[in-house]
Amino acid sequence: MILRAEKTVKEFMRENRQAGTNCFCAVQETDLTLESGTLTVVTGRSGSGKSTLLNMLCGLSQPTRGRVLLEDADIYALSDAALSRLRNEKFGVIPQGQTALHSLTVIENALLPFYLYHESPDISYAEELLEMLGIAALRNVKPAELSGGELRRMSIARALVRKPPFIFADEPTGDLDDENTQAVFRFLREAADRGAAAMVVTHEQGIEKYADRLFRMDAGVLHEA
Amino acid sequence: MKQQINLPLKNLKGKPVRSAMLLLLTVLLSFVILAGSLTVSSLRTGLSSLQSRLGADIMVVPYEATTKSSLENIVLQGNTGYFYMDSKRCEKILNCEGIGQASTQFFLATASSGCCSLPVQIIGFDPATDFTVQPWIRRSYGEALQKYDIVVGHDLNAFVGDTLKFYGTECRVAAKLDQTGTSFDTTVFTNAETIKALIRSSLDLNMNDFQNIDPEKVVSCVLINVADGYSVEEVMNDINIHVKKVKAVRTKEMISGISESLRGISDITGLLIGGIWLFGLLILFLMFTMSVNERKKEFAVLRVMGASRRMLSAVVMKEALLIGLAGGLTGTELGLLTLLPFHSLLESQLELPFLLPDALHIILIAAAGAAITVGVSALAASAAAYRLIRTDTALILRGEN
Ligand SMILES: Nc1ncnc2c1ncn2[C@@H]1O[C@H](COP(=O)(O)OP(=O)(O)OP(=O)(O)O)[C@@H](O)[C@H]1O
Ligand SMILES: [Mg+2]
Repeated sequence: MILRAEKTVKEFMRENRQAGTNCFCAVQETDLTLESGTLTVVTGRSGSGKSTLLNMLCGLSQPTRGRVLLEDADIYALSDAALSRLRNEKFGVIPQGQTALHSLTVIENALLPFYLYHESPDISYAEELLEMLGIAALRNVKPAELSGGELRRMSIARALVRKPPFIFADEPTGDLDDENTQAVFRFLREAADRGAAAMVVTHEQGIEKYADRLFRMDAGVLHEA
Repeated sequence: MKQQINLPLKNLKGKPVRSAMLLLLTVLLSFVILAGSLTVSSLRTGLSSLQSRLGADIMVVPYEATTKSSLENIVLQGNTGYFYMDSKRCEKILNCEGIGQASTQFFLATASSGCCSLPVQIIGFDPATDFTVQPWIRRSYGEALQKYDIVVGHDLNAFVGDTLKFYGTECRVAAKLDQTGTSFDTTVFTNAETIKALIRSSLDLNMNDFQNIDPEKVVSCVLINVADGYSVEEVMNDINIHVKKVKAVRTKEMISGISESLRGISDITGLLIGGIWLFGLLILFLMFTMSVNERKKEFAVLRVMGASRRMLSAVVMKEALLIGLAGGLTGTELGLLTLLPFHSLLESQLELPFLLPDALHIILIAAAGAAITVGVSALAASAAAYRLIRTDTALILRGEN
């Protein structure tokens, strides 16, 4: 499967005291293709537009111009219900920051993508993921009792639980120590090897060895490294 | 591990304090609406039962005793009293034009001393012509009343088969009437024959305010329904002009005083309910908005996981519906539990006819109260839900990083 950003641009309106509102271009005209079996890594300075690009690709933020095509179909031409269903089935997203649902336990959080559409949850796979991520013991704990790194690993399990063909990870190792960081990257690498298309945004050094393609974002412009 | 989870319920349980506050508020709102509307509707039922008891268009009474207020005292306020006029006047009245049904009545009040079992108002009717009392008595007692048979109002401390003594004369309680919520609940009814005998006894004992009357030749009032083709006004004027020393009164006017204070109470209750509801709605609205705002990030995560806008608002709305339903049911139940046992206390406090509506009506009021509570909390939450689905997910996600 192929997901393609085609000449996508994202602009934001900004309030400016001197000039009133003006237009700020967070992502300049960009082409990017995500393919099954490849791990694409995007690095770059803070504020360069990495998250903005990732959000456009995973169906959360409509580009100002340009299109995002899944197998040649524009995903932003879909209805909200259809695009939401697509995100649920095909896109596993690990957003930047903490994203736990506090009223649910760790395992319930991990199974959330199933629950949303009242599907029977793949509990054994969720448990396997928790095991691989080293948080199996926290299965029935509420997020309030978890550390930042544990929460992050929980959100990784949640993104992967449906075995989605596309994985989007926005700084998935922000809260993790070196050992866990390496584990998560190995984990994403393995997912790609099993056939997923993964896009990872990160500040980490030395992850080139896991990447199939490496990009650098600079002030809204994407360069292949 | 459960196969499915109920996210709205989990969310409510996850924030017990906030949920309890919301619940308390909806309980209060539904309680207020139930208690208020039940009170107002009981007063209305009381009034309409009074109206149907006074089921005549016109009441003609002797002028001396009349003035509207003394009549009201006897008929509406439950005070005892009596007055008489010559039955010759009665014939003159019946000769007036436009009279459809007409029937005479006789009043007597009993004394509180030893000669009488109870101090009550006695109303005697003419079984041959009566059209106001008998239809109502027939609901509790199917047979014709014999001499010295009496029918007692619902609130009197006397039961079927008891013997009551009035001015030394013993009477048998033949039936007890249904509750009306009016002064009729403390009145004794009997036929003309019996009440004439009782008036005679009171005269014999020298205990009647009128000393030189002949019970066979007086009546207390004439009740009239106008014939088709005549207006109440016409007939009333005709009587007042042509028959001396009597006064024809429109029965609707007699209860106008009550209607007015009833309207006053309805208005005040309505205003109170309205005020509390407005306040409650505002707080509900604020609380739902806060509750959703606080979890903006969680909702954005649901969106990332593939929830549509519709599903998000469904979660918010279901939370509100659960709260509204639980609060609405609790509140109405509480309202019923407090109001039903204490309604007689309320009745005596209000000094107005107060009669609980029938069970079906009460159930309808309770159901409507609960439904309105559910509806209003849904309304309050829908504003929050609308705002939520309009905000950009990506923007929320970057918010608290
Ligand atoms: N909704 C928005 N409104 C206005 N400006 C925005 C919005 N979203 C992003 N921006 C701006 O776009 C630029 C790119 O933001 P983005 O979050 O993509 O950066 P990033 O590369 O992910 O940074 P970081 O590494 O810190 O996460 C930033 O300057 C940011 O201020
Ligand atoms: Mg970012």
